[in-house]
Amino acid sequence: MADNGCGFPAPGLHSFLFQPLFTVGGYEFNKVMLLALITTLVVVGFFWTAFAKPKVVPGKLQMVGEAGYDFVRRGIVYETLGKREGEKYVPLMVSLFFFVWIMNIWSVIPLAQFPVSSIIAFPVVLALIVYVVWVSLTFKKHGFVGFFKNVTGYDKSLGAVLPLVMVIEFFSNLIVRPFTHAVRLFANMFAGHLMLVMFTVASWYLLNGAMIPAAGVSFVMTIVMILFELFVQAVQAYVFVLLACSYIQGALAEHH
Amino acid sequence: MIANLVQLASGEEQNPLVPPGPELLVGTIAFAIVFIVFWKKLLPNINKVLEERREAIEGGIEKAEAAQTEAQSVLEQYKAQLAEARHEAARLRQEALEQGTALKEELRAEGQRQREEIIAAGHAQIEADRKAASQALRQDVGKLATDLAGKLVGESLEDHARQSRTIDRFLDELEEKAEAAR
Repeated sequence: MADNGCGFPAPGLHSFLFQPLFTVGGYEFNKVMLLALITTLVVVGFFWTAFAKPKVVPGKLQMVGEAGYDFVRRGIVYETLGKREGEKYVPLMVSLFFFVWIMNIWSVIPLAQFPVSSIIAFPVVLALIVYVVWVSLTFKKHGFVGFFKNVTGYDKSLGAVLPLVMVIEFFSNLIVRPFTHAVRLFANMFAGHLMLVMFTVASWYLLNGAMIPAAGVSFVMTIVMILFELFVQAVQAYVFVLLACSYIQGALAEHH
Repeated sequence: MIANLVQLASGEEQNPLVPPGPELLVGTIAFAIVFIVFWKKLLPNINKVLEERREAIEGGIEKAEAAQTEAQSVLEQYKAQLAEARHEAARLRQEALEQGTALKEELRAEGQRQREEIIAAGHAQIEADRKAASQALRQDVGKLATDLAGKLVGESLEDHARQSRTIDRFLDELEEKAEAAR
Protein backbone atom coordinates (compact mmCIF):
# COMPACT_ATOMS: atom_id res chain seq x y z
CA MET A 1 0.00 0.00 0.00
CA ALA A 2 2.81 2.35 0.83
CA ASP A 3 4.57 1.50 -2.39
CA ASN A 4 2.46 3.40 -4.92
CA GLY A 5 5.22 4.68 -7.12
CA CYS A 6 6.29 7.91 -5.50
CA GLY A 7 7.41 6.62 -2.14
CA PHE A 8 5.01 8.83 -0.15
CA PRO A 9 4.54 7.17 3.22
CA ALA A 10 0.76 7.58 3.23
CA PRO A 11 -0.87 7.14 6.60
CA GLY A 12 -3.26 4.26 6.96
CA LEU A 13 -4.35 1.59 9.34
CA HIS A 14 -0.72 0.85 10.03
CA SER A 15 -0.55 4.28 11.67
CA PHE A 16 -2.70 2.84 14.43
CA LEU A 17 -0.52 -0.13 15.20
CA PHE A 18 2.30 0.04 17.65
CA GLN A 19 5.24 -2.12 18.48
CA PRO A 20 4.96 -3.40 22.02
CA LEU A 21 7.03 -1.52 24.57
CA PHE A 22 7.27 -4.74 26.55
CA THR A 23 5.28 -7.91 27.02
CA VAL A 24 3.75 -9.25 30.18
CA GLY A 25 2.94 -12.96 30.14
CA GLY A 26 2.46 -13.01 26.41
CA TYR A 27 0.40 -9.79 26.37
CA GLU A 28 1.88 -6.79 24.65
CA PHE A 29 2.01 -3.46 26.37
CA ASN A 30 2.15 -0.65 23.83
CA LYS A 31 2.29 3.13 23.65
CA VAL A 32 -1.51 3.52 23.57
CA MET A 33 -1.95 1.61 26.80
CA LEU A 34 0.76 3.71 28.34
CA LEU A 35 -1.03 6.86 27.19
CA ALA A 36 -4.28 5.54 28.65
CA LEU A 37 -2.61 5.07 32.01
CA ILE A 38 -0.99 8.51 31.78
CA THR A 39 -4.47 9.87 31.04
CA THR A 40 -5.57 8.46 34.37
CA LEU A 41 -2.53 9.99 36.02
CA VAL A 42 -3.17 13.39 34.45
CA VAL A 43 -6.88 13.51 35.28
CA VAL A 44 -6.49 12.18 38.81
CA GLY A 45 -3.31 14.23 39.36
CA PHE A 46 -4.86 17.48 38.27
CA PHE A 47 -8.07 17.08 40.19
CA TRP A 48 -6.23 15.74 43.19
CA THR A 49 -4.11 18.85 43.45
CA ALA A 50 -7.19 20.96 42.78
CA PHE A 51 -9.71 19.23 45.05
CA ALA A 52 -7.82 17.18 47.66
CA LYS A 53 -7.69 20.07 50.11
CA PRO A 54 -10.33 22.40 48.77
CA LYS A 55 -10.85 25.80 50.30
CA VAL A 56 -13.93 27.94 50.55
CA VAL A 57 -11.94 30.72 48.95
CA PRO A 58 -10.39 28.81 46.05
CA GLY A 59 -6.86 29.05 44.70
CA LYS A 60 -6.22 29.31 40.98
CA LEU A 61 -6.00 25.57 40.38
CA GLN A 62 -9.10 24.85 42.40
CA MET A 63 -10.93 27.57 40.49
CA VAL A 64 -10.03 25.95 37.16
CA GLY A 65 -11.02 22.53 38.48
CA GLU A 66 -14.29 23.91 39.76
CA ALA A 67 -15.01 25.53 36.40
CA GLY A 68 -14.51 22.17 34.66
CA TYR A 69 -16.53 20.33 37.27
CA ASP A 70 -19.29 22.88 37.11
CA PHE A 71 -19.35 22.74 33.32
CA VAL A 72 -20.14 19.02 33.36
CA ARG A 73 -22.34 19.10 36.43
CA ARG A 74 -24.53 22.06 35.54
CA GLY A 75 -23.94 22.31 31.81
CA ILE A 76 -24.59 18.66 30.99
CA VAL A 77 -25.99 16.60 33.85
CA TYR A 78 -28.38 19.10 35.44
CA GLU A 79 -29.46 20.29 32.01
CA THR A 80 -30.53 16.83 30.87
CA LEU A 81 -31.44 14.97 34.06
CA GLY A 82 -32.36 17.78 36.40
CA LYS A 83 -30.68 18.49 39.69
CA ARG A 84 -32.55 15.94 41.80
CA GLU A 85 -32.28 12.93 39.48
CA GLY A 86 -28.95 13.91 38.02
CA GLU A 87 -26.87 14.32 41.19
CA LYS A 88 -26.31 10.56 41.42
CA TYR A 89 -24.72 10.42 37.96
CA VAL A 90 -22.44 13.43 38.35
CA PRO A 91 -19.32 11.41 39.36
CA LEU A 92 -19.71 9.08 36.37
CA MET A 93 -20.26 11.91 33.91
CA VAL A 94 -17.44 14.05 35.26
CA SER A 95 -15.04 11.09 35.07
CA LEU A 96 -16.23 10.25 31.56
CA PHE A 97 -15.84 13.79 30.29
CA PHE A 98 -12.33 14.42 31.55
CA PHE A 99 -11.12 10.91 30.79
CA VAL A 100 -12.37 11.08 27.21
CA TRP A 101 -11.15 14.64 26.72
CA ILE A 102 -7.61 13.91 27.89
CA MET A 103 -7.53 10.69 25.83
CA ASN A 104 -8.46 12.80 22.82
CA ILE A 105 -6.00 15.57 23.57
CA TRP A 106 -2.98 13.25 23.27
CA SER A 107 -3.56 13.67 19.54
CA VAL A 108 -1.82 17.03 19.52
CA ILE A 109 0.59 16.65 22.44
CA PRO A 110 4.19 16.42 21.20
CA LEU A 111 5.79 12.98 21.66
CA ALA A 112 2.41 11.37 22.37
CA GLN A 113 0.69 12.59 19.20
CA PHE A 114 -1.87 9.86 19.23
CA PRO A 115 -5.49 10.02 20.39
CA VAL A 116 -6.05 7.06 22.70
CA SER A 117 -9.73 7.09 21.80
CA SER A 118 -8.89 6.27 18.16
CA ILE A 119 -8.25 2.72 19.34
CA ILE A 120 -11.77 1.28 19.45
CA ALA A 121 -11.18 -0.65 22.68
CA PHE A 122 -11.24 2.52 24.79
CA PRO A 123 -14.50 4.00 23.49
CA VAL A 124 -16.00 0.51 23.69
CA VAL A 125 -15.15 0.19 27.37
CA LEU A 126 -16.75 3.54 28.16
CA ALA A 127 -19.80 3.02 25.95
CA LEU A 128 -20.27 -0.39 27.54
CA ILE A 129 -20.20 1.09 31.03
CA VAL A 130 -22.85 3.64 30.03
CA TYR A 131 -24.86 0.88 28.34
CA VAL A 132 -24.82 -1.29 31.45
CA VAL A 133 -25.81 1.67 33.59
CA TRP A 134 -28.82 2.73 31.55
CA VAL A 135 -30.05 -0.79 30.77
CA SER A 136 -29.94 -1.88 34.40
CA LEU A 137 -31.52 1.40 35.39
CA THR A 138 -34.39 0.83 32.96
CA PHE A 139 -34.97 -2.63 34.46
CA LYS A 140 -34.90 -1.29 37.97
CA LYS A 141 -37.20 1.59 37.19
CA HIS A 142 -39.80 -0.11 34.99
CA GLY A 143 -39.55 -3.82 35.67
CA PHE A 144 -39.25 -6.49 33.02
CA VAL A 145 -42.31 -5.58 30.93
CA GLY A 146 -41.72 -1.91 31.45
CA PHE A 147 -38.18 -2.35 30.21
CA PHE A 148 -39.38 -3.71 26.89
CA LYS A 149 -42.06 -1.07 26.61
CA ASN A 150 -39.38 1.54 27.28
CA VAL A 151 -36.79 0.32 24.79
CA THR A 152 -39.32 -0.50 22.07
CA GLY A 153 -41.10 2.84 22.33
CA TYR A 154 -44.39 1.05 22.97
CA ASP A 155 -47.29 3.38 22.09
CA LYS A 156 -50.79 2.05 21.43
CA SER A 157 -51.81 5.11 19.43
CA LEU A 158 -49.48 4.01 16.63
CA GLY A 159 -51.94 1.25 15.71
CA ALA A 160 -50.92 -0.95 12.80
CA VAL A 161 -47.34 0.29 12.51
CA LEU A 162 -46.65 -0.40 16.16
CA PRO A 163 -44.94 -3.79 15.60
CA LEU A 164 -42.67 -2.26 12.99
CA VAL A 165 -41.81 0.69 15.22
CA MET A 166 -41.16 -1.67 18.11
CA VAL A 167 -38.74 -3.77 16.09
CA ILE A 168 -36.89 -0.70 14.80
CA GLU A 169 -36.76 0.91 18.24
CA PHE A 170 -35.58 -2.29 19.84
CA PHE A 171 -32.67 -2.60 17.46
CA SER A 172 -31.95 1.09 17.49
CA ASN A 173 -31.88 1.35 21.25
CA LEU A 174 -30.39 -1.92 22.41
CA ILE A 175 -28.01 -2.83 19.59
CA VAL A 176 -27.18 0.16 17.44
CA ARG A 177 -27.05 2.72 20.23
CA PRO A 178 -24.00 1.43 22.14
CA PHE A 179 -22.25 0.78 18.85
CA THR A 180 -22.78 4.32 17.54
CA HIS A 181 -21.96 5.72 20.94
CA ALA A 182 -18.51 4.14 20.84
CA VAL A 183 -17.90 4.48 17.11
CA ARG A 184 -18.83 8.17 17.01
CA LEU A 185 -15.96 8.99 19.32
CA PHE A 186 -13.61 6.46 17.79
CA ALA A 187 -14.24 7.54 14.19
CA ASN A 188 -13.86 11.23 14.88
CA MET A 189 -10.53 10.70 16.58
CA PHE A 190 -9.43 8.15 14.02
CA ALA A 191 -10.17 10.49 11.12
CA GLY A 192 -8.62 13.44 12.89
CA HIS A 193 -5.44 11.53 13.50
CA LEU A 194 -5.27 10.42 9.86
CA MET A 195 -5.61 14.01 8.70
CA LEU A 196 -2.95 15.24 11.07
CA VAL A 197 -0.54 12.49 10.12
CA MET A 198 -1.16 13.08 6.43
CA PHE A 199 -0.49 16.81 6.53
CA THR A 200 2.45 16.43 8.85
CA VAL A 201 4.10 13.74 6.73
CA ALA A 202 3.32 15.67 3.54
CA SER A 203 4.94 18.84 4.92
CA TRP A 204 8.13 16.90 5.33
CA TYR A 205 7.84 14.78 2.19
CA LEU A 206 7.19 17.77 -0.11
CA LEU A 207 10.08 19.74 1.26
CA ASN A 208 12.30 19.61 -1.83
CA GLY A 209 12.74 21.63 -5.03
CA ALA A 210 9.64 22.94 -6.75
CA MET A 211 7.32 21.39 -4.17
CA ILE A 212 8.43 23.65 -1.33
CA PRO A 213 5.37 25.96 -1.68
CA ALA A 214 3.15 22.88 -1.46
CA ALA A 215 5.04 21.85 1.65
CA GLY A 216 4.25 25.32 3.06
CA VAL A 217 0.56 24.86 2.34
CA SER A 218 0.66 21.45 3.95
CA PHE A 219 2.38 22.88 6.99
CA VAL A 220 -0.21 25.61 7.35
CA MET A 221 -2.88 22.94 7.02
CA THR A 222 -1.20 20.99 9.79
CA ILE A 223 -1.52 24.01 12.10
CA VAL A 224 -5.12 24.57 11.04
CA MET A 225 -5.93 20.92 11.59
CA ILE A 226 -4.34 20.96 15.02
CA LEU A 227 -6.57 23.86 16.02
CA PHE A 228 -9.57 22.14 14.48
CA GLU A 229 -8.71 18.90 16.26
CA LEU A 230 -8.47 20.72 19.60
CA PHE A 231 -12.02 21.83 19.00
CA VAL A 232 -13.22 18.39 17.86
CA GLN A 233 -11.60 16.69 20.86
CA ALA A 234 -13.55 18.83 23.30
CA VAL A 235 -16.77 18.55 21.30
CA GLN A 236 -16.52 14.76 21.11
CA ALA A 237 -15.95 14.48 24.84
CA TYR A 238 -18.95 16.73 25.37
CA VAL A 239 -21.12 14.77 22.93
CA PHE A 240 -20.12 11.45 24.48
CA VAL A 241 -21.20 12.60 27.93
CA LEU A 242 -24.29 14.36 26.65
CA LEU A 243 -25.44 11.16 24.93
CA ALA A 244 -24.73 9.14 28.06
CA CYS A 245 -26.95 11.56 29.98
CA SER A 246 -29.72 11.41 27.43
CA TYR A 247 -29.68 7.58 27.52
CA ILE A 248 -30.08 7.71 31.29
CA GLN A 249 -32.80 10.29 30.91
CA GLY A 250 -34.59 7.91 28.54
CA ALA A 251 -34.25 5.14 31.10
CA LEU A 252 -35.72 7.30 33.85
CA ALA A 253 -38.53 8.68 31.71
CA GLU A 254 -42.04 7.40 32.26
CA HIS A 255 -43.21 5.69 29.11
CA HIS A 256 -46.40 7.09 27.68
CA MET B 1 -7.50 0.53 -2.82
CA ILE B 2 -10.93 -0.59 -1.67
CA ALA B 3 -9.89 -4.17 -2.14
CA ASN B 4 -6.86 -3.37 -0.09
CA LEU B 5 -8.99 -1.88 2.66
CA VAL B 6 -11.37 -4.81 2.65
CA GLN B 7 -8.45 -7.14 2.80
CA LEU B 8 -6.98 -5.11 5.63
CA ALA B 9 -10.32 -4.91 7.41
CA SER B 10 -10.75 -8.65 7.17
CA GLY B 11 -7.23 -9.19 8.39
CA GLU B 12 -7.39 -10.24 11.99
CA GLU B 13 -4.79 -7.86 13.34
CA GLN B 14 -5.64 -4.89 11.16
CA ASN B 15 -9.37 -4.41 11.74
CA PRO B 16 -9.69 -1.13 13.65
CA LEU B 17 -13.25 -2.00 14.75
CA VAL B 18 -12.30 -5.14 16.61
CA PRO B 19 -11.13 -4.19 20.06
CA PRO B 20 -8.07 -6.06 21.25
CA GLY B 21 -8.38 -7.67 24.65
CA PRO B 22 -5.47 -6.11 26.52
CA GLU B 23 -6.58 -2.64 25.47
CA LEU B 24 -10.06 -3.32 26.84
CA LEU B 25 -8.54 -4.32 30.13
CA VAL B 26 -6.20 -1.35 30.33
CA GLY B 27 -9.03 1.01 29.33
CA THR B 28 -11.29 -0.44 32.02
CA ILE B 29 -8.63 -0.14 34.69
CA ALA B 30 -7.64 3.37 33.61
CA PHE B 31 -11.22 4.59 33.70
CA ALA B 32 -12.11 2.73 36.88
CA ILE B 33 -9.31 4.49 38.74
CA VAL B 34 -10.50 7.88 37.54
CA PHE B 35 -14.10 7.08 38.40
CA ILE B 36 -13.40 5.71 41.86
CA VAL B 37 -11.15 8.59 42.83
CA PHE B 38 -13.73 11.09 41.64
CA TRP B 39 -16.67 9.25 43.17
CA LYS B 40 -15.21 8.41 46.57
CA LYS B 41 -12.79 11.19 47.26
CA LEU B 42 -12.59 14.27 45.10
CA LEU B 43 -16.19 15.10 44.30
CA PRO B 44 -17.48 14.65 47.87
CA ASN B 45 -14.57 16.88 48.90
CA ILE B 46 -15.36 19.66 46.50
CA ASN B 47 -19.11 19.34 46.99
CA LYS B 48 -18.65 19.90 50.70
CA VAL B 49 -16.63 23.02 50.05
CA LEU B 50 -19.06 24.29 47.44
CA GLU B 51 -21.86 23.82 49.93
CA GLU B 52 -19.86 25.61 52.62
CA ARG B 53 -19.19 28.44 50.22
CA ARG B 54 -22.84 28.69 49.26
CA GLU B 55 -23.75 28.82 52.95
CA ALA B 56 -21.03 31.37 53.63
CA ILE B 57 -22.31 33.57 50.84
CA GLU B 58 -25.90 33.19 51.93
CA GLY B 59 -24.86 33.71 55.56
CA GLY B 60 -23.02 36.85 54.50
CA ILE B 61 -26.07 38.11 52.70
CA GLU B 62 -28.22 37.32 55.71
CA LYS B 63 -25.78 39.11 57.98
CA ALA B 64 -25.72 42.12 55.72
CA GLU B 65 -29.49 42.15 55.64
CA ALA B 66 -29.66 41.91 59.42
CA ALA B 67 -27.16 44.75 59.76
CA GLN B 68 -29.14 46.86 57.37
CA THR B 69 -32.38 46.18 59.21
CA GLU B 70 -30.72 47.07 62.47
CA ALA B 71 -29.24 50.24 61.03
CA GLN B 72 -32.65 51.17 59.70
CA SER B 73 -34.32 50.59 63.05
CA VAL B 74 -31.61 52.54 64.87
CA LEU B 75 -31.99 55.38 62.39
CA GLU B 76 -35.72 55.43 62.95
CA GLN B 77 -35.18 55.32 66.68
CA TYR B 78 -32.82 58.28 66.43
CA LYS B 79 -35.22 60.16 64.26
CA ALA B 80 -38.02 59.50 66.70
CA GLN B 81 -35.84 60.59 69.59
CA LEU B 82 -34.80 63.70 67.74
CA ALA B 83 -38.38 64.57 66.94
CA GLU B 84 -39.33 63.92 70.55
CA ALA B 85 -36.45 66.09 71.74
CA ARG B 86 -37.50 68.88 69.41
CA HIS B 87 -41.05 68.57 70.58
CA GLU B 88 -39.89 68.56 74.18
CA ALA B 89 -37.73 71.62 73.58
CA ALA B 90 -40.62 73.46 71.99
CA ARG B 91 -42.85 72.47 74.85
CA LEU B 92 -40.27 73.63 77.43
CA ARG B 93 -39.81 76.90 75.62
CA GLN B 94 -43.52 77.42 75.53
CA GLU B 95 -43.77 76.52 79.20
CA ALA B 96 -40.90 78.82 80.10
CA LEU B 97 -42.51 81.61 78.17
CA GLU B 98 -45.78 81.05 79.94
CA GLN B 99 -44.07 80.76 83.28
CA GLY B 100 -42.08 83.90 82.59
CA THR B 101 -45.18 85.82 81.67
CA ALA B 102 -46.97 84.53 84.74
CA LEU B 103 -43.98 85.39 86.90
CA LYS B 104 -43.83 88.89 85.46
CA GLU B 105 -47.50 89.35 86.12
CA GLU B 106 -47.07 88.08 89.63
CA LEU B 107 -44.09 90.29 90.28
CA ARG B 108 -45.92 93.27 88.91
CA ALA B 109 -48.92 92.50 91.09
CA GLU B 110 -46.65 92.02 94.06
CA GLY B 111 -44.91 95.30 93.32
CA GLN B 112 -48.20 97.02 93.04
CA ARG B 113 -49.37 95.50 96.24
CA GLN B 114 -46.18 96.46 98.08
CA ARG B 115 -46.37 99.95 96.67
CA GLU B 116 -49.91 100.28 97.86
CA GLU B 117 -48.96 98.88 101.22
CA ILE B 118 -46.11 101.35 101.51
CA ILE B 119 -48.38 104.20 100.48
CA ALA B 120 -51.03 103.05 102.92
CA ALA B 121 -48.44 102.75 105.65
CA GLY B 122 -47.20 106.23 104.81
CA HIS B 123 -50.69 107.58 105.00
CA ALA B 124 -51.26 105.89 108.32
CA GLN B 125 -47.97 107.20 109.65
CA ILE B 126 -48.83 110.69 108.48
CA GLU B 127 -52.24 110.40 110.07
CA ALA B 128 -50.75 109.15 113.32
CA ASP B 129 -48.16 111.94 113.28
CA ARG B 130 -50.83 114.47 112.54
CA LYS B 131 -52.91 113.12 115.36
CA ALA B 132 -49.99 113.14 117.75
CA ALA B 133 -49.08 116.66 116.67
CA SER B 134 -52.62 117.80 117.02
CA GLN B 135 -52.71 116.16 120.44
CA ALA B 136 -49.52 117.83 121.48
CA LEU B 137 -50.71 121.15 120.04
CA ARG B 138 -53.94 120.97 121.86
CA GLN B 139 -52.14 120.35 125.15
CA ASP B 140 -49.76 123.18 124.38
CA VAL B 141 -52.65 125.50 123.44
CA GLY B 142 -54.44 124.61 126.70
CA LYS B 143 -51.34 125.25 128.67
CA LEU B 144 -50.74 128.48 126.78
CA ALA B 145 -54.31 129.55 127.36
CA THR B 146 -53.92 128.81 131.03
CA ASP B 147 -50.63 130.71 131.15
CA LEU B 148 -52.15 133.56 129.21
CA ALA B 149 -55.15 133.65 131.45
CA GLY B 150 -52.85 133.71 134.52
CA LYS B 151 -50.85 136.55 133.09
CA LEU B 152 -53.95 138.45 132.10
CA VAL B 153 -55.25 138.14 135.58
CA GLY B 154 -51.90 139.26 137.05
CA GLU B 155 -51.67 142.45 135.03
CA SER B 156 -54.09 145.29 134.18
CA LEU B 157 -55.87 144.71 131.10
CA GLU B 158 -56.77 148.32 130.68
CA ASP B 159 -53.43 149.40 129.67
CA HIS B 160 -53.62 149.00 125.96
CA ALA B 161 -49.93 149.28 125.62
CA ARG B 162 -49.39 146.70 128.13
CA GLN B 163 -52.02 144.65 126.60
CA SER B 164 -50.45 144.81 123.19
CA ARG B 165 -47.04 144.23 124.76
CA THR B 166 -48.35 141.17 126.43
CA ILE B 167 -49.82 139.94 123.18
CA ASP B 168 -46.57 140.63 121.40
CA ARG B 169 -44.67 138.79 124.06
CA PHE B 170 -47.07 135.94 123.84
CA LEU B 171 -46.62 135.79 120.09
CA ASP B 172 -42.88 135.97 120.49
CA GLU B 173 -42.96 133.17 122.94
CA LEU B 174 -45.10 131.23 120.58
CA GLU B 175 -42.64 131.83 117.81
CA GLU B 176 -39.76 130.83 120.04
CA LYS B 177 -41.54 127.69 120.91
CA ALA B 178 -42.14 126.93 117.36
CA GLU B 179 -38.42 127.61 116.69
CA ALA B 180 -37.44 125.34 119.53
CA ALA B 181 -39.82 122.65 118.42
CA ARG B 182 -38.29 122.64 114.95
